[in-house]
Amino acid sequence: MLETMEKTSAMKDYLVEVNRILEKNNYSESRLIPILQEVQEVYKYLSKDMITYVASSLGVPPSRVYGVATFYAHFALKPKGKHVFRLCDGTACHVKKSHGILEALYKRLNLSAEKNTSDDLKFTVETVSCLGACGLAPVVLLNDEVHGQATPEQIIALIDKIEAAEKENK
Amino acid sequence: MNNTTATMTINGLKVAIGNERNLLELIRKIGIDMPTFCYHSELSIYGACRLCLVEVEKRGIMAACSTKPEAGMVIHTDSKDLRMMRKINVELLLANHSRECPSCMRSANCTLQSLARRLGVTEVRYKQTQKNAPIDKASPSLERDPNKCVLCGDCVRVCTEVQSVGAIDFAFRGANARVAPAFDKNLNEVECVNCGQCAAVCPTGAIVPKQQREQVWSQIHDKSKTVVASIAPAVRVALGEMFGLKGGENVAGKLVTALKLMGFAEVYDTSFTADMTIFEEATELIDRITNKKTMPMFTSCCPAWVKFAETYFPEFIPNISSTRSPQQIYGAVARETLPGKLGVNPENLVVVSIMPCTAKKFEAQLPKFKHDGRQDIDYVLTTVEVSQMISSMGIRLDELPISAFDMPYGFATGGGVIFGTTGGVMEAALRYAVEKIEQKPLASVDFAEVRGGTPRKEAEIEVGGTKLRVAVVHGLGNARKLVDDIKAGKAQYDFIEVMACPGGCVCGGGQPITQNPELARQIRAAGLYNADKTQQLQKPQDNHLVVRCYEEAFGGCPGSHKAHERLHTHYQDRAQLFDAQEIMLGMPGEGKVDVVVTVHTVKQDGENKEAALLSQLVAYAKQQNLRDKVVIAASFNPARTNDGKVCVAVGDNVAEYQIDGDVAASAALKELTGLIDAAVK
Repeated sequence: MLETMEKTSAMKDYLVEVNRILEKNNYSESRLIPILQEVQEVYKYLSKDMITYVASSLGVPPSRVYGVATFYAHFALKPKGKHVFRLCDGTACHVKKSHGILEALYKRLNLSAEKNTSDDLKFTVETVSCLGACGLAPVVLLNDEVHGQATPEQIIALIDKIEAAEKENK
Repeated sequence: MNNTTATMTINGLKVAIGNERNLLELIRKIGIDMPTFCYHSELSIYGACRLCLVEVEKRGIMAACSTKPEAGMVIHTDSKDLRMMRKINVELLLANHSRECPSCMRSANCTLQSLARRLGVTEVRYKQTQKNAPIDKASPSLERDPNKCVLCGDCVRVCTEVQSVGAIDFAFRGANARVAPAFDKNLNEVECVNCGQCAAVCPTGAIVPKQQREQVWSQIHDKSKTVVASIAPAVRVALGEMFGLKGGENVAGKLVTALKLMGFAEVYDTSFTADMTIFEEATELIDRITNKKTMPMFTSCCPAWVKFAETYFPEFIPNISSTRSPQQIYGAVARETLPGKLGVNPENLVVVSIMPCTAKKFEAQLPKFKHDGRQDIDYVLTTVEVSQMISSMGIRLDELPISAFDMPYGFATGGGVIFGTTGGVMEAALRYAVEKIEQKPLASVDFAEVRGGTPRKEAEIEVGGTKLRVAVVHGLGNARKLVDDIKAGKAQYDFIEVMACPGGCVCGGGQPITQNPELARQIRAAGLYNADKTQQLQKPQDNHLVVRCYEEAFGGCPGSHKAHERLHTHYQDRAQLFDAQEIMLGMPGEGKVDVVVTVHTVKQDGENKEAALLSQLVAYAKQQNLRDKVVIAASFNPARTNDGKVCVAVGDNVAEYQIDGDVAASAALKELTGLIDAAVK
């Protein structure tokens, strides 16, 4: 009895933020992309339920929102890890052997292009087309932090550091 | 020459510019059939297929569909470059197309195929990049094969713009772009209403009506079975087109002969049960008017409209006539009377319905139309499927002699025949209702105000001193506008006919594909109105065989207890499809009873009545050990208005409960636990 009450109110609480975002954007269909961006910011990714919820709030078919969400690489339909590596694979970074870093990351975290988030939801590895810092190639973003002229060893060391820090905190 | 007329030059020919919206229309008007995939005069312009390219002097190569004609413009529709581009475009489409043409439903009726032939594509110079995407066969009405899709988007636009449903849209991009329902679900899991207009506009075989031909053949070939068929009104004025006859020509007599040659034991006319539908529906209307019950009343013949209303306007469910559609009344009549009349074991009676419609396939398989363990209708064949069955036997329909329908269910009035076009159900109902209310013969059986192709037709009919306000809409987008107007208090009616397809059933999703839907609607409708005139009787109430059918099997008169049991139905609230759901108890699976409580998230009630009821239901299910039999979920609804009632669905049964205080709460709980107990059994 109590458990169901708690689960229901937890879900209601969970939806408070998306309601706020929708309200802020006047429930306007033409604000769909900014709404999805903000929703992703808060909830980290766009779940099926969230897409359906946004669609019915705006009065548009879920297929339309799904179409927009799948069109832009920025939107994630699967949960992302707590730490996101964004590896630049633009021309300059590619020439400077960004692939070596990518392969090292995949190997270290046991990931691939198809499965790019670790099972413990700690790490996600993505490639992006250009970060606009070609002078620093190859470039890797760890969350919001830029690492220029990166080497595989240097990036793997970042993972070790994060893991060590998290172990300590436990 | 009149100086005020603007002219332009097409291929060296001076052409007057009329009110054409784009170059394409003008080019086609002068007799050049410019190829297109993505252009439909009734949809918005997309400009994606790049086949209608023209050379505009001083401007270069442009798409004719999205360029306006201008005075003095000089264009060429053909040149070395244009020919090459068109051919390359078609070749590229073929390179990632499933090229199994002979086994495709749309073989010989496919734009891609005919364009490849017209443009002289004898080889595809590009590497085959077929994706082998899974085929969506789950819907009872439609089948989607993404491997045959050319991404023209016609289906997406017809679903969104004409039907205002939007069950499918483009997803992903670039080489991965595809047309798909939300989350790549199957069509039967989303808001698709099964109207089949997507299949009607698809230039290839990427969306086609679901086929049941082979199942019907095997029943016909089973000597122990007696297979009976009934032909819907709209089928007879379109089928001829598949055999070189003119559209609108009534081929009912030839079709009866063909079906007999194929091995159908009896062939009936669905117009008979359409007459019977009017007996029930008009009686229901008169009852609602005289006893001041829920008004306005909507017609219920169209299963796509019914699902649309159940999904988007569940609050109007009480306004939909509870009368079954002619197809389902035929099913009930066949099951109740034919075993006796034909001397067959009920188990061996196979009931086939021949329809212009894909949604009828969905309707026929609904669990609520199961009686004594069997669906009333076994199989639904579309007009196109029947034409293919006829051809497969080598029968030349155009040369066949005509035969009469089998009696007694082959006798119909004109009122039942015009059911196949927009306004037809309304007119037939008026012929019945006006005469019944006024209790004197009608002066004229024609109600011209409800005929024709106007999106919304309105009329005020004088009946017995009061005015009956009626409206007729076709196309679900028009239906949505009408219901929105009613909700906003901008429009008031007593009786409303809705048909999902523009033009009504004559242009249903199961009809022969037409390149000119507007013309097809007109000539097919004209065919039905002609049939109405030549029918012996026009008013459904004059059908003495319907009267006799009531006496024999349905309690003697419309509205009787037996009639209510077998000729009426109930509807289901499907709106929770759009909510975010969270399961509170049980695991989803086959045969489980779904219990869903709507929880409002924006406009919340202060006392948490919804959550309280939900947890009481969970507690009850736990206590009764129903964990394996029910799935209890909360449906989180973002509606910004909330009347304070708690909405709960138990299986198909959806109801709202006003819960104020403990007494009401325990009454609601008692009713719901009763429903759950019954559903679990």
